[in-house]
Amino acid sequence: MIVELGHFALVLALFVALAQSVLPLVGAAREHAGLMGFARAAALAQLLLLVVAMGALMEAYVVSDFSVLNVVQNSASTKPLLYKVAGLWSNHEGSMLLWVFVLALVGGALAVQGMIGVGFLLFILLTSNPFLRALPVPPEGRGLNPVLQDPGLAFHPPFLYLGYVGFSVAFSFAVAALIEGRVDAAWARWVRPWSLASWCALTVGIALGSYWSYYTLGWGGWWFWDPVENASLMPWILGTALIHSSIVVEKRDTMKAWTVLLAILTFSLSLIGTFLVRSGVLSSVHAFATDPRRGVFILGLLAAAIGGSLTLYALRAPSLRGGGLFAPVSREGALVLNNLLLSCACGTVLVGTLYPLFLDAVGGPKISVGFPFFNETFVPLMVPLLVALGPGAMLAWKRGDLPGVLQRLWAAFALAALVGLGAFWATHGGPILAVLGLALAAWMVGGVLAELAERLRLFRLPLAASWGRARQLPRAAWGMSLAHFGLALTVAGIAASPFEHETIALIRPGGTAELAGYTLEFTSLVRRQTPDHLIDDATIVVRRGNEQVAVMHPQRRLFPQLQQTTSETAIRTNGLVDLYIALGDPDPSGAWTLRAYEKPLVSWIWLGALVMAAGGVVSLSDRRWRVGLSARRRRA
Amino acid sequence: MKRWLALLPLAAFCGLALYFALSLRPGHDPEVLPSAMIDKPMPDFALPALEGEGTLASAGLRGRVTVVNFFASWCVPCRVEHPMLMTLAREKGVAIIGIAYKDAPAAARKLLADAGDPYAATGQDREGRVAIDFGVYGVPETYVIDRAGRIRRRYVGPLTPETVARDLLPLLHQLGGPEAASGGAAP
Repeated sequence: MIVELGHFALVLALFVALAQSVLPLVGAAREHAGLMGFARAAALAQLLLLVVAMGALMEAYVVSDFSVLNVVQNSASTKPLLYKVAGLWSNHEGSMLLWVFVLALVGGALAVQGMIGVGFLLFILLTSNPFLRALPVPPEGRGLNPVLQDPGLAFHPPFLYLGYVGFSVAFSFAVAALIEGRVDAAWARWVRPWSLASWCALTVGIALGSYWSYYTLGWGGWWFWDPVENASLMPWILGTALIHSSIVVEKRDTMKAWTVLLAILTFSLSLIGTFLVRSGVLSSVHAFATDPRRGVFILGLLAAAIGGSLTLYALRAPSLRGGGLFAPVSREGALVLNNLLLSCACGTVLVGTLYPLFLDAVGGPKISVGFPFFNETFVPLMVPLLVALGPGAMLAWKRGDLPGVLQRLWAAFALAALVGLGAFWATHGGPILAVLGLALAAWMVGGVLAELAERLRLFRLPLAASWGRARQLPRAAWGMSLAHFGLALTVAGIAASPFEHETIALIRPGGTAELAGYTLEFTSLVRRQTPDHLIDDATIVVRRGNEQVAVMHPQRRLFPQLQQTTSETAIRTNGLVDLYIALGDPDPSGAWTLRAYEKPLVSWIWLGALVMAAGGVVSLSDRRWRVGLSARRRRA
Repeated sequence: MKRWLALLPLAAFCGLALYFALSLRPGHDPEVLPSAMIDKPMPDFALPALEGEGTLASAGLRGRVTVVNFFASWCVPCRVEHPMLMTLAREKGVAIIGIAYKDAPAAARKLLADAGDPYAATGQDREGRVAIDFGVYGVPETYVIDRAGRIRRRYVGPLTPETVARDLLPLLHQLGGPEAASGGAAP
């Protein structure tokens, strides 16, 4: 009964969305205020209906109602509650429901939001309905894919979708602006908080996904340039460009057509990301739902949403005129450089992701594009961006003084040189690119600190006066510093990866292996049986000299019914260095493969991402968004 | 802003959409890992049989449809695959040739004694030479050989019920049916 109610609510939501996508436009054409105001009521009704739909499916998962096919396929009564709940979005149908739920949650009382809702609700009801019943009712569910039973992954999809879907608001505003033919500072003030919030969620989502692959996949990598990862990285990169370019629109009333295009493209890439994962166009470890029929539907959806908005753009964008003029060396100029580099970087990721598929589509050989391609294209684009980040943030609007800024950055130069030399000395002339990377991260930190010091007039005014200025400083400025600092942390974590040490040893229980000054003693292996899987649990005592550092328990789990093995790596971190041990396959003679790594600074990669997202949140709490809120309400 | 410049994003998207449409054409499965050996003659081999003194030779497999399965007693996914092979051999009458990859003969024999023997004949590839000739990535791996002795299909990893139902059985049927495969004495 509850399930039928949910199903019914979903169908009803479709009709409300249909009304929302048509009536306000009719109202606008006839200048009928009642019809124009309908969008608000419709958005609210959609939210309520989707809360009912989501609640109904959630209830089915929580009480393990195996008369629902979706629950049978993705849950089991023995699962912990967290994975019962996460089971809902671990699969295609449920995650699409989460998608429209988030869409309703972020609201956006615009006709365009209604249209997006129509597209996705139709998609769910026609090709991916989570409310279908299973007959006869099986006694037990098939369980959740063991690889996905993980707290990191339980929260990864909701954050990712919050990011993807949040960008739909920027998209809708962009389309509305093209229809009205007006983009101004007020428009930028509506778009920016939405893009910023979406960007924060996407940052957290990507970081969670990356951390998950680091500790579950068992070979110590954290980013694989896998098409599905790239699908989430591309909207993130363009979203980053968008939150920067909308500052220019807001403050300087220029770069309008470009910012509108970025808003359209960022959401388009979110849609394409969904399409790539869901359609069967590409294969990947994560593409857990593939079905060409769905692919055709999503392709139609893409053609309507992206094709339609870009057609509108081609017609209307030439009439958007920018106001403010600026010199190449200026804050605007720096942000143009930022946008240029980020867009090119996004382009290289797109090419790298699609080229193998493209070759395959035209009947060429099967190839895969991996690290070498991205290292040679993506990284060279990122380096100038990161180098310019510090000085760019210190340039004045309209016309900046680059030599002056560089002079004021002497402390950052000094810090970078110190860190570079220190790293060079500490690693006995280790990999030069890694040393330079660390120096770059230090340069960025120096830039952030120098910019803050300048704003606070630190050491020029008495400390009390600086403190006063710090309290006066807008939250947005603190947010920027924090986000840039987070990026520096991430860069340091990535740059330090060549310093890692790796040992792959084939040892029997009782044997030892050496890793960068540590002795790993494989003391025992215990096999345990649980109701649905076998656990091989290794005990490894880590010593440095005669001192015991840690006892670690990497595991291997075999799920016989699902024909799957998973690896539970053991990770020990002190914030600076991670010790990472994964248990591999046994060989014919009874020896086990052990992969052990010592990874300096690796945890900073994700810590940096969290700091970046925190920067975004701080910036969102800025006073000017709260002041602008009432105006936005009126317009909506 | 130039008009044609504003058209550029739309044009780029049209290209992309066209290409996506191409990728969605029916019968296109990006997950199939092709083998360089597909449609090439099966490599020649002559391996000592796992049981007894005989020899398992590629020449003896000509003229019938054969499924060649590389396995090992130390390989966990092979254990997972084993019941499927038993079903294929017992219920579907498929002739499966087993090749024990880098395995101690005693261990392999014990596996077949304990879990059942789905193989019509089993050879020992102790050095893994034959596996290299076939282009085996890792065990288990399964090949379908037609009557002319050509490799027609390769399955990497354990055979799943879906693969068997959707691909393997229809293929065997098309090549001459499991009956012909188990007939053994076809010309």
